[in-house]
Amino acid sequence: MTGIKKFRLKRSYFSFPYAVLSVLFVILPLLITAFYAFTRDGSFSFANFVKFFTTPNTLKVLLYSLGIAALVTVICLLLAYPLAMMLADSKINRSAVTVMLFIMPMWINSLLRTYAMKNVFQLIGMTNAYAAVIIGLVYDFFPFMLLPLYSVLSNMDKSYMEAANDLGCGAVQSFFKVRLPLSLPGIMSGVLMVFMPTVSTFAISDILGDTSTYMFGNIINDWFTASGGSGWNIGSAYSLILLALIGITMFIANKATGGKASAAGAAQAGGGLL
Amino acid sequence: MSKVKKALCKAFIYLMLALIYLPILVLVVYSFTTSKSIGVWNGFTLSLYADVFTDAEMMGAVGNSLIVALVSSLLATLIGTLAAVGIFYTRSKWYKTLLNLTSQVTMVNADIVTGVSFMMLFLVFGLIPKGYLTLIISHTMITVPYVIMNVMPRLSQLNPNLYEAGLDLGASPVRTFFTVLLPQLVPAMISGFALAFTLSLDDFVITKFVNGDVSTISTYLYNKIAKKGVMPQLRALSALIFIAILAVLVAVNIFSHRKRVKEGGRK
Repeated sequence: MTGIKKFRLKRSYFSFPYAVLSVLFVILPLLITAFYAFTRDGSFSFANFVKFFTTPNTLKVLLYSLGIAALVTVICLLLAYPLAMMLADSKINRSAVTVMLFIMPMWINSLLRTYAMKNVFQLIGMTNAYAAVIIGLVYDFFPFMLLPLYSVLSNMDKSYMEAANDLGCGAVQSFFKVRLPLSLPGIMSGVLMVFMPTVSTFAISDILGDTSTYMFGNIINDWFTASGGSGWNIGSAYSLILLALIGITMFIANKATGGKASAAGAAQAGGGLL
Repeated sequence: MSKVKKALCKAFIYLMLALIYLPILVLVVYSFTTSKSIGVWNGFTLSLYADVFTDAEMMGAVGNSLIVALVSSLLATLIGTLAAVGIFYTRSKWYKTLLNLTSQVTMVNADIVTGVSFMMLFLVFGLIPKGYLTLIISHTMITVPYVIMNVMPRLSQLNPNLYEAGLDLGASPVRTFFTVLLPQLVPAMISGFALAFTLSLDDFVITKFVNGDVSTISTYLYNKIAKKGVMPQLRALSALIFIAILAVLVAVNIFSHRKRVKEGGRK
C-alpha cells in the first residue's frame, strides 16, 4: 500500500459532471460560433465582420434596436421605480400577495403574454407597429425590472431616510441623495435584465410588429433560418458582436455599482419567491 | 403621509395591476366565444375548450413541453447541486473561477446566441439528431446555473462541523453526503428545481433552434401566431395555461406560508 495514495472521494469531485458538460455544451458551442464567424468557405476570413460594417441596413437595425431597448428600459424603470417604492412602503402596502401578483407574470410563458397583448391591440384597434412592439416589450419585461427594484428597496434600512430627513433633507433631496444611490444595484440589475434581452429579441417583434420593427435578434435569426450559403458564418459573426455588446453593458453595470449588479440577481429573487 | 397621497399611491398600485392582468382577462373572456376576432361576441360556448382537448397537435405540444421541462429540470437539479457542492468545497482557485465563469456566461448570454451555437454544435458533429435529446441537453445546460445559484448560498450557511462529525463517526464521504449534507440542501434544491422547470417551460428561442420536429407550447404558439392566421382555439389553450400556472403559484405560496407559520417564523 505504501506509495499508492488511496483514492478518497472528496466533495470537490462532485462538480466534475458539470465541468465536463460545460466544456462540451458551453465552451465548445461558443468555439464553434467563433470558428464560423472567422471563416468563409472553409478558410480564415474577416469577411463576415466586414459585411456587418458595410451593410447599412444591419447597422441601422442594430442602432434602432439599441434605441428601442433604451426606450423600453427607461419606460420600465419610470413605471417600476415608484411602484416598487410604494410596494416596499409598509404604510401603503402590507400585503405580500399584491407583490406576488405583480411578479407572477414572470412565470407565464412570454409568448403567451405577447399573444394576449396582440389580442388587446386587436380589441382596441391599434395598428401602429412601433407602438405595439414597444408596449409589448414593456409588458413582457416589466416584472424583471420591478423585482430587483422591489427587493433592494424593501431591504433598505429605513433609518437612512429618517436620518436624511432629520438632518434637514427635503423629500426630493433625500430621494436623490440617499434612496436613489442606495438602490443603484437594483436599478442596474433591472437594466441588465431588460436592456440586452430587448436588443436580442425577435419573437416579440415578429408577433406584434412587421419588418419595419426588426430587432437585431431578427437579423441573426434570419441568417440562420432563411438563407443557405454563408448564412451561418455571417450569423455567427453577428452573434459575437451581440455577445461583445452584452459584455460591454455588463462591464459598465458592474463598474457603476462596484460589482453588486448582476443579471442573475432578479432571477434569483424570483426563485426565492417560490 | 397624508390620506390623499396614500389613496393616490394605492390607486396607482391597483391601476398597474389592472393593466398587467387586463390582456390575460380579455383572453380568458373571449375564450368562451367562437368568434374569429376579439371584440365580436358570438354567444357563450365551451366549444373552444372541447377543441383544445381533442386537438392532438396542441395536446402533443403541451405534453412535450411538460416532458422536456420535467426531465431537464430534474437533471439540472442533480447536476447543479453536485456542481455547487464541488465548487464550494474545491481548493483550486482557477477551477472555481472557471466553473463560475461558464455558469455566468450561460446566464448572461443572449438566448439567440445560445440557441444558434447549440444548433451548430448538434449539426456540425451530426452525432445528435435534433429532437427530445437535444432539447433536454440544451434546457438542462441553460438551467444548471440557476440551480447552482440557489444552492450555493445555502452551502455557505451550513455548519461545516456536521460533515466532519459524520466522517469522524465513521461514515464514508458518500454516506455523509447523502445523510448529512444533502438533507440540508433540499429546500434550496426545490426552489432551484422550480426555477429550472419554469425557465424550461418559458423558453422559446433556444427551443426553436434545437427542437427538430418536436413541438413545444412555445414553438406551437409561435408557428400559429406568426402565420398571422386566426385560431380562436389558442385563446382557450392560453386561458388554461394561465389558470394552471396561477393555481400552482397560489398553492405553492399558501404551502410555504403555512410552513412558515407552523415553524413560528416571521410572518
